[in-house]
Amino acid sequence: MAKVYTRPQSLLPVPSGFCPGCLHSMAIKLVGEVVDELGQLDNTMHIIPVGCSTLNLLYWKGDNLGSAHGRAPAVATGFKRCCPERLVFAYQGDGDLASIGLAEIIAAANRGENFTVIFANNSTYGMTGGQMAPTTLIGQKATTCKMGRDPADSGYPMKMCELLSTLEAPAFVARYALNTPKGVNEARKGIKKAFEYQMAGKGFTFVELLINCPTNWGMSPLQTLEYMETNTIPYFKPGVYKDKEAEVK
Amino acid sequence: MNSVQISALFCKGCAYCVKFCPKQILEMGTVRSRKGHFNPVVTDPEKCIACGICATMCPEAAIEVTKGE
Repeated sequence: MAKVYTRPQSLLPVPSGFCPGCLHSMAIKLVGEVVDELGQLDNTMHIIPVGCSTLNLLYWKGDNLGSAHGRAPAVATGFKRCCPERLVFAYQGDGDLASIGLAEIIAAANRGENFTVIFANNSTYGMTGGQMAPTTLIGQKATTCKMGRDPADSGYPMKMCELLSTLEAPAFVARYALNTPKGVNEARKGIKKAFEYQMAGKGFTFVELLINCPTNWGMSPLQTLEYMETNTIPYFKPGVYKDKEAEVK
Repeated sequence: MNSVQISALFCKGCAYCVKFCPKQILEMGTVRSRKGHFNPVVTDPEKCIACGICATMCPEAAIEVTKGE
C-alpha cells in the first residue's frame, strides 16, 4: 500500500477559512507541499499580508509574521536581512501587491532582496466585497464598476510579471494558472524552483498564481474555472518571464 | 485495491475532483455533511487507477489516495 497523495504536513489539521472552490487554499497547499519536500517547515517564515490571504494565518503550521497592508515585501526584507538562513516567503493577493503595495514590491525586486513572493491573482478585492482591483479584466464586473471595467475610465489590467521581468535584479519571475491539473503541477515545480533559488542565495524570486473568486465573481466554482480559461488566461499569459540560470546557459 | 478517502471535515463540495477524474468514478453525494456541504462519493472503486488527479485538484487537501498491490 503506497500513498499517492496525503495532506501536506505544513498545513494545520483544521478546515481552511476560504470559500468553497477558492483556489487560495490550493495555492497555500502547493506551498505546503514544496516546503514538505524540501524539509524546511521549521526554517520557514511566512509573511502575512492583508486581504483574503490573511486567512493563511489559521492554516499554516510554520512561523507567521504580520505586516501592514501591502508592506509584506518591506517586512520580508527586514526579516531576511536579520536572519539570512531562514526561508522567507510573502504570500500576497492582487489588491495588496499590485495596488497599495506597488512601491514596496518594485523596490524590493529592484534591490534583488533574497526572498520569494507568492502572488495570488484573482482579479478582484476578495475580502472587502469584490471591488475593482488593478488586475480586474476588461469587461469584468465588480461592485465598483457595475457595467464592467472600461479602459477609458480605469485603465488596463496590470501585468505584474511583465513589469517585474524588465528589472535587472530578479532571479526568477513566472506565472502559472491553477485551473487545470497541468497548471497545478507546473506551479508546484515553479514554487520549488523559486525556493531553491532563494536557498542558493540567487536573489528575488516572484511566482504569480492565477486563481479564482467564486463568491465575488458571482459564479459556481466550476464556472469560474471556465471563466479563467476563456478570459483570464488569454490576458495574463502563463509562462516563465525571467530565469537568471537559464540566461547563463 | 486502490482507494480514495475524502475527509468530510475538510471537503467543501466544490466538485473539482468530480470534474477532473479521468475515469469518471466520482460524483456528488446527496447527503449534506455536518458542515452543510455535499461531499463527493466514489461510485466504482474497482475502476480507480490511483492517478491522484482528484487530490491534486482538491483545494482543501481533503483527499487521500492510496495505491494498492
